[in-house]
Amino acid sequence: MYDFLRGPLVWIALITFGVGLTLRVFWMIRTIGKDPTVLPAMTARHSLRSIFFWLLPYGSRSMRTRPFFSGLSYAFHVCLLLVPVFAMGHAVLWQQSWGIRWWSLPPLMADLMTAVVLVAGLVFFLRRIMAPEVRNVNTVWDYVILLITLGPFITGFIAYHQWLDYRTIIILHMVTGAVWLIAIPFTWLQHMFMFFFSRAFMGSEFGAVRNARDW
Amino acid sequence: MADLVDLQVVDKGLEAGLAKLTPQRIEQVINSVLSQAVAGRMKLYLSTCVHCGLCADACHTYVSRNRDPDFAPVAKVKDSLLVMIQKKGRVDAEFMKNAARIAFVECGGCRRCSMYCPFGIDIATMIMTVRRICSLLGMVPQYMQDTTNSHSATSNQMWVQPDDWIDTLMWQEEDAQLEVAGLRIPLDKEGAEVMYSVIAPEPKVMAQLIANMAVVMTVAKVDWTMTSGDGWDNSNMAMFSGDLEIMGRIEREHWERALELRVGKMVMGECGHAYRGAVYDGPKWLGWQGPPLPMEHAVEFYYDLLREGRLEITDKLTEPVTIQDPCNIVRGRGLHEKLRYVVHALCDNVVEMDPKYEHNYCCAAGGGVINCGPPWKLARLKSIKIKAEQLERTGASLCITPCHNCHHGVEDIIGHYHLDMRTSFILELLVKQMKMPAGAGE
Repeated sequence: MYDFLRGPLVWIALITFGVGLTLRVFWMIRTIGKDPTVLPAMTARHSLRSIFFWLLPYGSRSMRTRPFFSGLSYAFHVCLLLVPVFAMGHAVLWQQSWGIRWWSLPPLMADLMTAVVLVAGLVFFLRRIMAPEVRNVNTVWDYVILLITLGPFITGFIAYHQWLDYRTIIILHMVTGAVWLIAIPFTWLQHMFMFFFSRAFMGSEFGAVRNARDW
Repeated sequence: MADLVDLQVVDKGLEAGLAKLTPQRIEQVINSVLSQAVAGRMKLYLSTCVHCGLCADACHTYVSRNRDPDFAPVAKVKDSLLVMIQKKGRVDAEFMKNAARIAFVECGGCRRCSMYCPFGIDIATMIMTVRRICSLLGMVPQYMQDTTNSHSATSNQMWVQPDDWIDTLMWQEEDAQLEVAGLRIPLDKEGAEVMYSVIAPEPKVMAQLIANMAVVMTVAKVDWTMTSGDGWDNSNMAMFSGDLEIMGRIEREHWERALELRVGKMVMGECGHAYRGAVYDGPKWLGWQGPPLPMEHAVEFYYDLLREGRLEITDKLTEPVTIQDPCNIVRGRGLHEKLRYVVHALCDNVVEMDPKYEHNYCCAAGGGVINCGPPWKLARLKSIKIKAEQLERTGASLCITPCHNCHHGVEDIIGHYHLDMRTSFILELLVKQMKMPAGAGE
């Protein structure tokens, strides 16, 4: 079981993630390319300008109008991306499997960052239930996708603290991690890549075509 | 939930369309629209949206309607386009009626929500796609369809007949001659520097604006002309009713008049949607790269005249004045700085709205919403309480609205919410406050 998870499942997850996203992007550009008004209007300057201000903490008025939520959301995304790649345990695996050596997060740091993801995830979950404008447009899938995202962090947190049966938890950790990666191209989690495209389209539309700012 | 009073509104246009719908027709129309060019972006947006609801606070209808979640932009898409896509067009007539109400009355396509969505999802385009579907199904509010019919038959928005048009210009020429003796409104003058175009409500109900512009043109010594032929009207309600065929036809006529007269550029009066139609939507639909000649909105035109010293301001208003930022020339063209320059030249005491510039709230009249007519007036005004509060906070006694829709919208807001304020176009201030040549009226 462990060997399957450690070997083929990782490959299946990574390939589904990589190929899935590549195909998504390819297909998206192809269909949007049929719209004669979108791609010709794009400029690198306005695309990057829009992406920059929306990646900059509090770079947009939208973010500034909700200081707490924006800060939490920002911290959530940063931790969500850094922990899986740089956690000490993962860094060891990168090195053992592919001989890749890189910087790793101090364990306490990774633990705190995981806690940030979990707390923010809980806040997002509650917000989806409690804020009427969010609940109104949420379906069960929105909660499931959030849980899929939090799954590897919940199990990773438990595993690191060795609270339950370590072997069971680590298996769950690998399974939930794989589910997460596989889910990305098929759900709104694809915003991790599509963000850059939709922002670039809007940044160009506002900046190059309409001479206005979109942040 | 949606406003119960709104749901009781009987709109003859929507009812007539409803009676003719069949499930097959709905399915066929939806699927044909959604298989066209615009579909790529729609699908990208719908599969990227994480349903976070951050667009809600950006929308004037949501904040004005006591934060009713059904008025959030994401909910408007969910209750219209999303279901159409999910059900592959198999929706019933009642659903279409509700979708039409949402698309025509509850959204004016001001695009403010796109500035609050972290992904920059173009919600307005999705709502305009719903309008396109409604139009093809014959589900357009009666008053708006009437303006589209007028465009189709007369090429202008308000059934103005050719002789009425010429007669109005002659009458306004005479009026303007009281200000500047010997003034002419040149008609069909080939090779003029500027062709000036207006929206049809000007000759119909606000004709003095044409005389005002004639005075400005004459005093600034602009080599200008207007056209006698169809195409003199730069407005375009077909763009908002979803009748894109007529939209394209009238934009082409408008530009053809300018090209026939071999003018250097086109200048248009203070109207936002007309600018959008002439510069963006029209050329896009016609497959042109852009407008065939430079097009200047009145704000840009006044800005140039003032900067170049061709107009001089002698009197400045001292009362507190605020500025409405029309979506189509600010979020749609970035003219807010030039607008400030012009207004500050005319007024000493400018109190800005909060928020301002691209972030200013819509007037709730533009995007065709006011053209849905009397049946929907109360719904429109309930959806714009936020603007009334914004206006009141400025303490201004005058709101400058360089757009016809904003002008009427703000006027309605002032009446409905009993604000102690009036509205004005820039042009009306300009003619009163600019330096007239010595002995002009003699």
